[in-house]
Amino acid sequence: MRKNIRTGVLFISPWIVGFLLFTAYPLASSFYYSLTDYDIINPPVFVGLENYNTLFTGDDLFYKVLKNTLYMVFVGLTVITACTVFISILLNNKKVKGMAFFRVVFFLPTLVPLVILSILWVWVLQPDSGIVNTLLGWIDIDGPGWFSSPAWAKPAFILMGLWGAGGSIIIYLAGLQGIPESLYEAASIDGANSLQKILSVTLPMLRPVILFNVITGIIGTFQSFAESFIITQGGPDGATMFYSLYLYQNAFQYAKMGYASAMAWVLLLIALTFTLILFKVSDRWGNND
Amino acid sequence: MRSSPSTVQVMPAAPSRVRSKKLMERLELAAVYIILGLTALAFIIPFLWLVSGSLKSSSELFANPPVWLPSKPQWTNFTTAFSEFPFLLYLRNTLTIAGFGIIGAVLSNTLIAYGFSRVEWKGRDGAFVLVLATMMLPFQVTMIPLFIMFQKLGWIGTFLPLIVPVFFGNPFFIFLLRQFFQGIPKELSQSAKVDGASEFRIYWQMILPLSLPVITTVMIFSFIGSWGDFIGPLVFLSDNKLYTLSLGIQQIMSVNDPRWPLLMAVGVSMTLPVLMIFFVLQKYFIQGIAFSGIKG
Repeated sequence: MRKNIRTGVLFISPWIVGFLLFTAYPLASSFYYSLTDYDIINPPVFVGLENYNTLFTGDDLFYKVLKNTLYMVFVGLTVITACTVFISILLNNKKVKGMAFFRVVFFLPTLVPLVILSILWVWVLQPDSGIVNTLLGWIDIDGPGWFSSPAWAKPAFILMGLWGAGGSIIIYLAGLQGIPESLYEAASIDGANSLQKILSVTLPMLRPVILFNVITGIIGTFQSFAESFIITQGGPDGATMFYSLYLYQNAFQYAKMGYASAMAWVLLLIALTFTLILFKVSDRWGNND
Repeated sequence: MRSSPSTVQVMPAAPSRVRSKKLMERLELAAVYIILGLTALAFIIPFLWLVSGSLKSSSELFANPPVWLPSKPQWTNFTTAFSEFPFLLYLRNTLTIAGFGIIGAVLSNTLIAYGFSRVEWKGRDGAFVLVLATMMLPFQVTMIPLFIMFQKLGWIGTFLPLIVPVFFGNPFFIFLLRQFFQGIPKELSQSAKVDGASEFRIYWQMILPLSLPVITTVMIFSFIGSWGDFIGPLVFLSDNKLYTLSLGIQQIMSVNDPRWPLLMAVGVSMTLPVLMIFFVLQKYFIQGIAFSGIKG
């Protein structure tokens, strides 16, 4: 047994070293930096909880950033989850032919590098000559300015997110295929129609997979950076100033490393809180079944 | 159960009910096809828009109402883009980082996953929970201290910050490989041990060759990750001679009045290799992604 521990630890030793160097140490020093004033050039000056204090009481933009990001979580992620689950359930229908084809079509956008995705969507959502507004024009709708409109910039990012959500569809499909056929047969015998089967069999059985996608989706939303950095730089009028973008700007454009570190720790706590709440909520649903 | 007289009464009505049920099913199926077809179209159109944009002249790209197909495909957009942007330099940088990324990912994560699946030791599963927990850690939380650390080491302005950490494991890859290794029968290792093989030899000569499918998945994901990575190069590569394609293109795009058709051409060139890899190695993708959700 002792020999086994030595062998096991030897095999995972790259991870242990990596965890200490690239995760544990940065995590701890991030907390230390969050208690300092640090501009990289001069040594850090300890300021206690001042950065946290400023975040919550002296920085109006931070509240806007939180509001923007939470909008993307509650509105954006909800829309994306509903759409991807819906498409997956339609695709999982045994009578639908060409599932392999559809799966590929929905997955392809996830392969487009973020920078190219951003360039592409600037053009897709171009107010005058973009394809979306042109199509809207055909049915006499005057399309919005999307990325240049404070009201429509966030929905534009949600549309982009939806286009890139094919990975979730693959994961949902795998989950759907794991639901035993006998459950549907039992529901059929009870006289359930398609909608009732979805509500009473599919969705409850899919719950763990939805939970997984929502949790990774929330963390992904808080981490989302490249698209807003490339397309809008937080504009127009701060409408797309999201959490990670503001954090990056504080750290690398204003050289406020301490302040940005405090934001990083708040982000960590937010991610943890969301994860715990979702597990709790999911448990409660589970007990009611 | 009903008594037989009532069953007899129901009988005559049955055929029409069956027919209307059949009709309902047909309508349902038609609706499903229409929704899926329209959604698929919406997913494909932006791709076509990118391809058609890459072959337009500047005036066609800005035309209102839009030009759907370029009147005369501007293939020179591609050649001009390659010669005017430092495309080949950026490509070489990207491939250097991606190449080391693949090597590091396969070497480190197979070893680590072996230790988490094929060797039994006390505390193993507890340590693995820690691995999974780090998967949930946003990069932004460690980004600043990593930058400061790499700067003190003199690594900012080299490829090292993007290459070295790869050799120390990636939680998602560890998870993926571990799942696969666990599915290989234990008896294989045991009989090899009876024959006197060391644990490392079993890993190297038995488990690795059996795991080529999942190793392929890891290689693909690693490559695609490096190919499209944006924030890593942005934070750690300060020298524009080291820029990757993603970062280089963003820099070109951020200048005033960039030449959009050329950028679209670069966009096509950067997306095409990934699509080709996908079409050749499709099953490894789908398995890898589907897996993460089921067991997660």
